[in-house]
Amino acid sequence: MSTDAGTPIVRVSALTKQVRTGDIDLNILSDISFVVHPGEVVAIIGASGSGKSTLLGLLAGLDTPTSGRVVLDGHDLSQLDEDGRAELRGHMVGFVFQSFQLLPALTALENVMLPLELSGRVDAEEAARGMLSKVGLAQRLLHYPKHLSGGEQQRVALARAFVVRPKVLLADEPTGSLDAGSGAGVIDLMFELNRDFGTTLILVTHDENLARRCPRMVRLAAGRIVES
Amino acid sequence: MRATLSLALRMLLRDWRSGELRLLVAALVIAVASVTSVGFFTDRVGQALVRDAHQLLGADLVLVSDYPWPAAIADEIPRRGLEPAAAVNFISMVQATRGGEEKTQLAGVKAVTANYPLRGRLRIAPGLHAPDAPAGSGPARGTVWLDERLSSALGVRPGDRVRLGRSEFTFAAVLTLEPERSANFFNLAPRLTMHADDMAATGLVQVGSRIRYYLYAAGAREQVSAFEAWVRSRLQRGQRVDNLESGRPEVRAAIERAQRFLGLAALLAAVLAGVAIALGTRRFVERHLEGCAVMRCVGATQRRLLTLYSAEFLVLGIVGCAGGSVLGFAVQGVIAYWLVDLIRAPLPLPTALPALQGFLTGLVLLLGFALPPLLQLKNVPAIRVIRREAGTLRPPTLLAYAGGFGAFAGLLLWQAGDLRLGSTVVAGFAIAACAFVGVAWLLLRALTATRLVRGFSGRSPMLRYGLANLRRHARANAVQVASLALGLTALLLLTVTRGDLVDAWRRAAPPDAPNRFVLNIQGDQLEAVRAFFAQRRIVVPDVYPMVRGRLIAVNGRNVSDGDYAEERAKRLVEREFNLSYMAQVPQHNVISAGRWFSGGAHGEAEISVEEGIARTLGFRLGDALTYSVGGETFTARVTSLRRLRWDSMKVNFFVIAPPWVLERFPTSFICALRVAPEQEGLMNELAAQFPNLTIVDVAAAVRQAQSIIDQLIVAVQFVFLFALGAGLLVLYAALVSTEDERRREAALMRVIGASRAQVTGSQRIEFLAMGLIAGLLATAAAAAIGEVVASRAFDLDLPVSLWLWLAGPVAGMALLSFNAWISARKVLGASPARVLRDSI
Repeated sequence: MSTDAGTPIVRVSALTKQVRTGDIDLNILSDISFVVHPGEVVAIIGASGSGKSTLLGLLAGLDTPTSGRVVLDGHDLSQLDEDGRAELRGHMVGFVFQSFQLLPALTALENVMLPLELSGRVDAEEAARGMLSKVGLAQRLLHYPKHLSGGEQQRVALARAFVVRPKVLLADEPTGSLDAGSGAGVIDLMFELNRDFGTTLILVTHDENLARRCPRMVRLAAGRIVES
Repeated sequence: MRATLSLALRMLLRDWRSGELRLLVAALVIAVASVTSVGFFTDRVGQALVRDAHQLLGADLVLVSDYPWPAAIADEIPRRGLEPAAAVNFISMVQATRGGEEKTQLAGVKAVTANYPLRGRLRIAPGLHAPDAPAGSGPARGTVWLDERLSSALGVRPGDRVRLGRSEFTFAAVLTLEPERSANFFNLAPRLTMHADDMAATGLVQVGSRIRYYLYAAGAREQVSAFEAWVRSRLQRGQRVDNLESGRPEVRAAIERAQRFLGLAALLAAVLAGVAIALGTRRFVERHLEGCAVMRCVGATQRRLLTLYSAEFLVLGIVGCAGGSVLGFAVQGVIAYWLVDLIRAPLPLPTALPALQGFLTGLVLLLGFALPPLLQLKNVPAIRVIRREAGTLRPPTLLAYAGGFGAFAGLLLWQAGDLRLGSTVVAGFAIAACAFVGVAWLLLRALTATRLVRGFSGRSPMLRYGLANLRRHARANAVQVASLALGLTALLLLTVTRGDLVDAWRRAAPPDAPNRFVLNIQGDQLEAVRAFFAQRRIVVPDVYPMVRGRLIAVNGRNVSDGDYAEERAKRLVEREFNLSYMAQVPQHNVISAGRWFSGGAHGEAEISVEEGIARTLGFRLGDALTYSVGGETFTARVTSLRRLRWDSMKVNFFVIAPPWVLERFPTSFICALRVAPEQEGLMNELAAQFPNLTIVDVAAAVRQAQSIIDQLIVAVQFVFLFALGAGLLVLYAALVSTEDERRREAALMRVIGASRAQVTGSQRIEFLAMGLIAGLLATAAAAAIGEVVASRAFDLDLPVSLWLWLAGPVAGMALLSFNAWISARKVLGASPARVLRDSI
């Protein structure tokens, strides 16, 4: 399915997420609807507990909503099973996490190669090397995560996210575990890569300054959109 | 498919590099090596038996009897156009004088006709260690052939003279190989071969001599079969026919028993390795949860994850099994080397079958024990990358392991080759494992009872914290303690309990116990032998009469070996008993049931039976036993059971009758005496003066048996070393399985202000308590097993071993203290911030 500026790449309609703790149903998200167009950069902002990470998980199909729909590049996630969603993620979604989520047993290069290897790409190593040098880690290919600084680890994560050329990049508090200096560097790099690859970027953060760098903001409070 | 395999291979290499798989591979290698080493070895022995089958018997058909074959049967062989040969086998003293020194040695004598063997060839050499060649016929009259052991023991070389009974012979050649070699597989006595026609002159065939008579036949197959059918219908008790198929059943049975025992020991090592694999895989899975969530996140489907990890483990399994087979092959060579004196035949190279069995065992272990935790990996939800608490690993249910346990129980039963033995081992292991877990859990709960913990709170917060930790993890800790205890049990059994058993056995024989048995004393020699001792101022020992008889009926019903299921009972019924007669109960015997002979010569015939043999053969007080002695029979009623100590080294009899019952039968006499080292020469003198006597040097026999047992122990130890290795792996796997959690907890404690000493202190308390419980459990198990082995196998009382009860708990605590120390170093080596950040 083609995506031009007129067709949204992400369409969220009437999304609700409830969890049951004890006897009480807790509304994490209530009636969330918005669309994101290809190439857009959107910040989802809100205080801790506002439901923004849950929303990100639903957008990626990592979790299922209680009601409502998420349509990703024309694919209705509710119509797909877990494996179908995983395959969709595999070729169109990239992730960056607050805690990097690098595999400790793999070198920087192998971490970046992993998604390519899983999709059966034969040029995995070459592509991964290229992407790592793009994020400035050409000299650190064979280092393990524990031998990299926090900023470097997040760069590896960025390389891993962009190496599959995703249509959508989802970032969950990408600077949350970094000091201000490294955080700013990582964000600059992320925006730069996003521009270069023309990716749609959806960024979850509680950092107003970071959110302001994004052309569009979706603000959540107590599970509802209060500004879009 | 190729891409998947290639990615799985890369994942395997990466996991290997990070050290995640070493424990699993080690466990797999140990399990497979343990099973294949025994497999390869028994395969070689089995092949040797098959290879030698054609000359195993020395003929196409062999007739064996405890008494001379009647002419009607012996003559039938040539009458039917078959070639006949004959031999006689017995044990006797052989003497030689060399350099003025008299030497005597007990030997297995075989007197053969010139055309023996009919199938296969004897091989002889002109001197010790000289090249040998096939012999054209048996030894010529007036000459004997000695094997290497016998000529070395006597210190003679070909050309020297040796004496046997009343005759003297020329030692003509060294016997290097004879048919019926399988008999030598476990043969203790060295061999002397002579011409059958020289037998009578030696005067060795006398009353009481234990002699086996052999007739051999060879010829066309149909004629042999027809003769076999004819002779089988005429067999009496004490006579049997061996053909190529049945060939030496007792040797085969002995080898099969040994194989089964080693096989079971090997499988127990494999079971322990299975536990290590299960624990190791669980840790592997725990450490891969994040990675799997990330992989799910970047597009891996459940099926893809399952395929990848299954392929990774399959390759791991194949590599581990191959490594184990190679190690097993090396170890079987060592086992064969240690048993070289026991198995006096060159062994062919093993086939590949044992390696296949090893692979099967290894893959069953891996599938059975690694798959259940591994299957959980595919269920890791992708949302775990955002919410860590999602998809926490639940321990696999027991049901998940049921397949693995089932397959493994099947393997054990198959190896045991006996449903009862196999299920005993399976049930024993399962019960022991469950008991360990149950008792460990109860002890952990008791030790950490809240009141107790609170009682400590005022004194040491670290003590309280350590004990509270124990309670919090009671279930997981119980599994760890049980695993530790299993490993420690193997360790204690091999070290302390084995030593205790050997000591108990040594102590059982008093220092003044007799060390020589003199057998075959004839009635007319009795006074002369007594005078011999009296003249040399040696205390004349008690001399006991001995009559050889065979049990033929119990309560009027004929018995045969087919009536008994137990091997020992079969053997006892098949062979001749040494019966004795005396009026008084021997001093070292105790009447355990009934009463000693009371009636005079006019009452009913009575006998007294040793209680062990009565149990084995199912005799009860009041049973009427009928014995056949030299063609005559007598019947007597069991009026008492006796308990006796076989290890007292005194003369003992299974069956004793009053003199009037047995006096009329052919009798020889036996006595036991203690000979001081400086009196050794007297024994040679005795043998020279009475050449028909058989003098058994008990000490030498015990030493020889001991050296054989030592060899066996060394061989068995190799197999047990695997069990020990597997036990240590379980121990290690159990300890590292909670390491990550401990590191996190310790880091947290450090963050909230605990000193290094406090962190190590609380961990040490937890570990010490677990080590103590594991040590106590292992000690109890080792003591119980030792007790059972001592009473059942050796008929010994094993005293409570303080050393064992000290060593077990101390070893448990020491091992875990060491672990606590290592663990503390790891915990305190990394900055708390890093540990906590890594564990987010």
